[in-house]
Amino acid sequence: MNGGLGCSQFMQRGLDSETKKQLEEEEKKIISEEHWYLDLPELKEKESFIIEERSFMPCEDLLYGRMSFKGFNPEIEKLMIQMNSRYKKEEIEADDKMEADVSDEEMARRYESLVGTIGKKFLKKRDRHELQDEDEDENSNLRPSNVKKMFLKPQD
Amino acid sequence: AYWVDSQQKRYVPVKGDPIIGIVTAKAGDIFKVDVGGSEQASLSYLAFEGATKRNRPNVQVGDLVYGQFIVANKDMEPEMVCIDSSGRANGMGIIGHEGLLFKVSLGLIRKLLAPNCEIIQELGQLYPFEIVLGMNGRIWVKAKTVQQTLIVANILEACEHMTSEQRKQALAKLSES
Repeated sequence: MNGGLGCSQFMQRGLDSETKKQLEEEEKKIISEEHWYLDLPELKEKESFIIEERSFMPCEDLLYGRMSFKGFNPEIEKLMIQMNSRYKKEEIEADDKMEADVSDEEMARRYESLVGTIGKKFLKKRDRHELQDEDEDENSNLRPSNVKKMFLKPQD
Repeated sequence: AYWVDSQQKRYVPVKGDPIIGIVTAKAGDIFKVDVGGSEQASLSYLAFEGATKRNRPNVQVGDLVYGQFIVANKDMEPEMVCIDSSGRANGMGIIGHEGLLFKVSLGLIRKLLAPNCEIIQELGQLYPFEIVLGMNGRIWVKAKTVQQTLIVANILEACEHMTSEQRKQALAKLSES
């Protein structure tokens, strides 16, 4: 095992694996002794809670810069509403004065029938038959409630 | 949040600020735009809505553009665009050839853009007009006649040193005539 001749790894092809390992370790030792390092305790970077913001826009909640008045430029007026509503989304959510599309009475009516229809789903077969008979009894005409539009065979 | 409020006339480009620029030169694929800062900003011709290499926007030297900065720091030349992050113009782009451009202090711009600005609301009831406010202290106004345009511009410029009472008096006189 001659150390002097077999120093560089690159020129050696037929070296045993052992000699290769030894050479590697020696090289590492040499490198680590020459390597300079700071003999200081580990310094932790303090988490900074300061965020630097250079623009005034978020600070003062500034509006959108393009405006039109009295219908001078209708597209811009539409844009104004659109862009400013993006900033004021939170305000709108807090505002409870939303106009209802459907009145309260209609909602109550809808819910009444809804409860009935969903209730039928969970009835047993016998109960369902009874319900159907009830419908026929109330009206002399067979009221086709919720008739599915299916293909009707032409009567001969 | 804390911020330092100061009076200044000189604008420093800030990323995300909407500004009015004046096109000063065409240099191949980009335009050089004067934004009132220490350096001119660059504006790529592709930074307009619907712009492609074949469909170039019709921008001439001397045109006014309303856009925002995408790059603005002390180490690099500022870059601006006239579209938002999703590629839509949202009112940005070339401002029409008519109208009047004038300068005010930066503090006044912030005052005018504040959510419940009385000045803007009162002016809006005077005449129909449209206005573009740039964070770099530039305002562009266009009304139906030259006279109305000048009146709006003068009021805005004078707002710097008028109290709200003086302003209301001036507006009252105008709405009478």
